Amino acid sequence: MAGVAVSTTINGDSVEYLCQPDETLLDVLRDRLGLTGVKEGCGTGDCGACSIILDDRLVCSCLVLGAEAEGRRVETVEGMAHGDRLHPLQQKFLEHAALQCGICTPGFLIAAKDLLAKNPDPSEEEIRFGLAGNLCRCTGYDKIVRAVQDAANVMKGA
Amino acid sequence: MNFDPRFSTRNFASVGTRPIRPDGVDKVTGRARYGADFNMAGQLVGRVLRSPHAHATIRKIDTSKAEKLPGVKAVITAADLSDLTDGDAAMYDILDNCMARTKALYDGHAVAAVAAVDARTARQALKLIEVDYELLPHVTDVDEAMKHSAPLINDAIFTEGLEEKPVKPSNVTKRSQFGHGDVHQGFGHADFIVERSFKTEQTHQGYIEPHACVASVSSDGTADLWVCTQGHFVYRQHCAQLLGMEASKLRVTSSEIGGGFGGKTHVWAEPVALALSRKAGRPVKLVMTRDEVFRASGPTSATSIDVKIGARKDGTITAAEATLRYSCGPYPGSWAEIGAMTAFACYKLENVKTVGYEVLVNRPKTAAYRAPSAPMAAFAVESAVDELAKEIGMDPVDFRIRNAAQEGTRSSYGPVYGPIGIGPTLEAVKNHPHMKAPLGKNQGRGMACGFWFNFGGQTCTDLNIGMDGSVSLAVGTVDVGGSRASLSLVAAEELGIAYEQVKAIVADTSSLGYNDMTDGSRGTFSSSMATISAARNAIKVLRERAAQMWDIAVDDVVWEQGHAVAKGEKHGNLGKLSLKEIAAASGKTGGPIAGHSELVADGAGVSFATHICDIEVDPETGATRVLRYTVVQDAGKAVHPTYVEGQYQGGAAQGIGWALNEEYIYGKDGRLQNPGFLDYRIPVCSDLPMIDTQILEIPNPNHPYGVRGVGETSIVPPLAAIANAVSNAAGVRMSHIPMSPPRILAAIEAERAG
Ligand code: FES
Ligand code: FES
Repeated sequence: MAGVAVSTTINGDSVEYLCQPDETLLDVLRDRLGLTGVKEGCGTGDCGACSIILDDRLVCSCLVLGAEAEGRRVETVEGMAHGDRLHPLQQKFLEHAALQCGICTPGFLIAAKDLLAKNPDPSEEEIRFGLAGNLCRCTGYDKIVRAVQDAANVMKGA
Repeated sequence: MNFDPRFSTRNFASVGTRPIRPDGVDKVTGRARYGADFNMAGQLVGRVLRSPHAHATIRKIDTSKAEKLPGVKAVITAADLSDLTDGDAAMYDILDNCMARTKALYDGHAVAAVAAVDARTARQALKLIEVDYELLPHVTDVDEAMKHSAPLINDAIFTEGLEEKPVKPSNVTKRSQFGHGDVHQGFGHADFIVERSFKTEQTHQGYIEPHACVASVSSDGTADLWVCTQGHFVYRQHCAQLLGMEASKLRVTSSEIGGGFGGKTHVWAEPVALALSRKAGRPVKLVMTRDEVFRASGPTSATSIDVKIGARKDGTITAAEATLRYSCGPYPGSWAEIGAMTAFACYKLENVKTVGYEVLVNRPKTAAYRAPSAPMAAFAVESAVDELAKEIGMDPVDFRIRNAAQEGTRSSYGPVYGPIGIGPTLEAVKNHPHMKAPLGKNQGRGMACGFWFNFGGQTCTDLNIGMDGSVSLAVGTVDVGGSRASLSLVAAEELGIAYEQVKAIVADTSSLGYNDMTDGSRGTFSSSMATISAARNAIKVLRERAAQMWDIAVDDVVWEQGHAVAKGEKHGNLGKLSLKEIAAASGKTGGPIAGHSELVADGAGVSFATHICDIEVDPETGATRVLRYTVVQDAGKAVHPTYVEGQYQGGAAQGIGWALNEEYIYGKDGRLQNPGFLDYRIPVCSDLPMIDTQILEIPNPNHPYGVRGVGETSIVPPLAAIANAVSNAAGVRMSHIPMSPPRILAAIEAERAG
């Protein structure tokens, strides 16, 4: 199979790559571009570990083809911090111990970022439903919800 | 120096605080490397071919077409993994589970594997492998498998633990029995007796990270394995033994681990990856798909349990009895035995008897799942206890308090308890505001207790003090959820320095002595003991060096708050030397300063919890909603309370999923019908309320700081607490887990029909 040439923007940088037509964006990000912060928990759109933001929309990168990123903007967990300054969500996840094993964390951070971009002042219920596409098996979600609430407060103040 | 592990009261400076974990920033920035995040130059992609049949003889495997496919670098079958187990039956089973030798024993059993230049080629190659199966009758249900008419899974198995060796083989591999007194007599003294049967379905640990490894075998016989595991030293031993290597030639590095809960305590694909790499002469990366994780790693047992409990009018239990049948998958295990040990561990009983049966079925090999075997036994026992309280007319908490085990009680599984937390957790629950909150229509409240042993085991730790006075702590227990933070706190506590001055890492198998794996809630318990011991050894060296710097006798130097202090009036002018100052001078006083520790951590200290839960049941659909949940558990001493809370909440959430939703569903054909997160649905954020926690601290007398394991007990009470809540809400006793809407609805309708 011949490769597809793709030009796209990832975390603000222009990136070009060749991929197979049937290759997922998740595989491109992880295996071709070394962005292994994007995790694979299922490969079928059920766990949210591979969450990315594609042109302002939260998607599972395992359900997007690498070729579909042509001309679009991709945002992954690797692009959340500014230099050595963590994003408030990252900081609050640390402070609240919203991660145990941490494999779900990149997906949750991206999903929470998308949620707060659309709804800066979510209720607990809105957070719970907003993050219902991401599975965490370690925390019982309690500390994740609290971290997002706290980050929302900080971001509103900023 | 002999290490004294006994508890002594102290005022803590670091332990009990809640700093940010040392591995945190890497985990929120995506930099942390998990099993599948490691790559080597020239690595191949490994894939495994799995049996679609529940039970079949493998007549022949033809790999020739796959081998000829361009890009395929190695194809292996059981023939490439010769049997080097030398009569070790347990190792043989591990080998057979990694790659079926003569029979496929479950849907998902590995039969062949390939290594190819890329994933697509590897997938294509799998399709070209021809396996000639002869189908055999199968059995997947635990009760069915015990029947005489059931298909035999292994005709060399004769039930162990019977008075006489049976004449015929069977699927029951072992019978075990625990207890004391005379239950027959005890039931004779009872005014009320409750007798019930229960079933629980098989569940999976459901860690979000699939099993993953990179194996690299060199032609000189040395090898590297990078893998997500709960125990890299154990993986090294097993892999080395199965591949005929010396353990020291195989270096295993544990990656960050994306959840294990017991499921990453066994080798599954790692020996296969090593065998592929050996044959191909290149590194091989092998990552399971989610489908493979469900079908071919190690879920927990499905069970069938009978319970009988009798009590006098005054609420004293006179006798308790249980028969427990646990599925093991196709290989012998000791799961029912553990269930039988834990079943009545919360109570002070004069007459108690439990019998466990280990049962083979055509399902994947059972592995540990957080306090393995205890939740199912607690479900059955705590449901019956609630029923009995109701019959007597006693409050369920008071009934349990009356019968709770205490210090000095002989446990139902044998040992006599030291100071324990069952009574205090019950008292805390009795007084908890949750117990008094009002309930609405169709809502019910349930509570239940749980017990777990906790393990200790072999542990080795190095503590190295740098010339700048910073401390590197190398531990050998894998960090499954924040233990590097708690162990840094312990090192800081013992040395009297700041938490930030310590950096903890998990060392690979070539850098540290053997460690048992992180299971049985032993990570923080045993490694903190080893860390304390290592720090005390380092302090001894620090005092010697200070004595040398001052030119005084070492006995005149004490260690106080991170400083060497000269004792006695004659040294009044000497002041103090900080750890930093002593470290800076170490080059001139005898070289590097370090403390090492190798020990067997004994006395892990049993742990108890009591949970409260409110459930709303929709009588029209059988759907449930968890309204409120509270966990009360004894931690001995919470080293990092936030992560202790996290363990409590995580265990409760897993228990909620198990109680209400999760189950392995097999078709008549013996195939797993729901091997994915869509159909095997674990709780999501919107399914759960906040999970309230209360940490009790009843010091473990066998640990210097009083620490007990905390990771597992929290999954023991939920099944029963929720079943009791559902029963109170819906007015029917639920005896089959999970209590999915159709099961609840059926129970409500059966009740209505009378
Ligand atoms: S890996 Fe994409 S949703 Fe699970
Ligand atoms: S922290 Fe382990 S899955 Fe969320």
